[in-house]
Amino acid sequence: MPEQLLTYALILAKLGLIFFVILTLAAYLVLAERKILARMQLRYGPNRVGPFGMLQPLSDLIKLLTKEDFLPATADKWLFLIAPGLSAVTALLTFAVVPFGPPLEIFGQTLPLVVIDLNIGVLYFLGLSSLAVYGMALGGWASNSKYALLGSIRGLAQLISYELALGLSLVPVVMMARSFSLTEIVMAQAQIPYLLLNPPAFLIFLISVVAESKRIPFDLPEAENELVAGFHTEYSGMRFGLFFVGEYINLIILGAMITVFFLGGWHGPYLPGVVWFSLKVLAICFFFIWVRASLPRLRYDQLMHFGWKLLLPLALLNVLVTGAVLLWIG
Amino acid sequence: MSATLMFYILGAIAVIATLLAITRRNPVHAVIYLVNSFFALALLFYLLGAPLVAAWEVIIYAGAIMVLFLFIIMMLELAPGGETDRYGPNWVKWVPILLLAGALGACTLLLTSLDPTTADGVPRWYASPRDFGYALFKEYALAVEIVSFQLLFAAVGAFYVGKPESKRKGRGGEA
Repeated sequence: MPEQLLTYALILAKLGLIFFVILTLAAYLVLAERKILARMQLRYGPNRVGPFGMLQPLSDLIKLLTKEDFLPATADKWLFLIAPGLSAVTALLTFAVVPFGPPLEIFGQTLPLVVIDLNIGVLYFLGLSSLAVYGMALGGWASNSKYALLGSIRGLAQLISYELALGLSLVPVVMMARSFSLTEIVMAQAQIPYLLLNPPAFLIFLISVVAESKRIPFDLPEAENELVAGFHTEYSGMRFGLFFVGEYINLIILGAMITVFFLGGWHGPYLPGVVWFSLKVLAICFFFIWVRASLPRLRYDQLMHFGWKLLLPLALLNVLVTGAVLLWIG
Repeated sequence: MSATLMFYILGAIAVIATLLAITRRNPVHAVIYLVNSFFALALLFYLLGAPLVAAWEVIIYAGAIMVLFLFIIMMLELAPGGETDRYGPNWVKWVPILLLAGALGACTLLLTSLDPTTADGVPRWYASPRDFGYALFKEYALAVEIVSFQLLFAAVGAFYVGKPESKRKGRGGEA
């Protein structure tokens, strides 16, 4: 019985730690983004609250929590209230299958550093990322406002288009690792990461992931100068905050997915696995911020042409070529 | 025991959500209830030891097809509660539904009366992606090919219908 209690305690500790780390990281990613963007644009960024502005996320949180939670008169009440939660929860749940380190030995027990190692981990990720669409779509529709509706229609079309390329770019990875389990995919990259073995899949996945995160250059669902704030125009207070935090949690998750699928996960010389994993994820997050500071927004027809006429055929071709090469090698 | 309880709870959710989906006048609400129903169905598949089918149910039905439905509904901007006169007391319209319900009921009876242990294919309790793939593409390869050809016909048909009128006539009687 004590052994069982210990197992439960370890699982709970793991869950609590992941929850805490992800939420804190998301909050500080906002600060990091504001500071890095500011530096890239020759500004200072937030530096008033605490040393180097380190307490800014905390004061933002207090502001969002104490603001009025406004409900538009003609809004569809329940869907309007639920939508922000949907977008934050689907982002958080994805982390359940991400292995962030090699198995650990504690109290004579082997503790895998992953919440649950599903044998369909890749599909779990794809399923949740396709459900993440609902938060945005319903939020925009339920607001009963022109700008919000336009934003969510744009977002729906964009996410449907790029999800295909996203899923297809993962097929070669599954073929090479011969498994849907994220832990086994990381194990298969002990020698060479898939970034070097299959660069086209990496590039397609990276571009689709940026599109999936709805950030510049793919931020048409919330294009400020056309749609005010797109699908979350009517939201205020912590409900807006949930959309916002969900977006940054999503950023961390997508960074973790790139790390797992293409950068070899926790594998790396000298440093412990967890450190390598965090470094890789943070590097990807920095890349996202860098992209936002450097690129202009795409036009809508360019976005669609790029997704359907270039990315999708390339991803299909890559599946065929990888399959042929794998067969040839044996 | 708890698995059986879960089964009945999820089954009840699926049935109620589907009923609500049929009866709602607001199309977006109907879509949401249908997504809930698919979700419960996916969990049922997981409970019955088919995690792969559960994942496909969520990805394809809840994540792709229903999102497309939602997209079209938003584009069309259907007014909630429109076209109410269609639900008149015209009993002839109910015949196809009753026929379908009867056929479904008969199929369910037939399937539940079979002994699941004698059915071949993958082991019933736990189907890993590998076993599932082998069973699908080795034993049922012909069926998969036929279905995929049907999808191809549908796609070609959709391309033809979606083509602008002027271009279609330019090709003459080819099609």
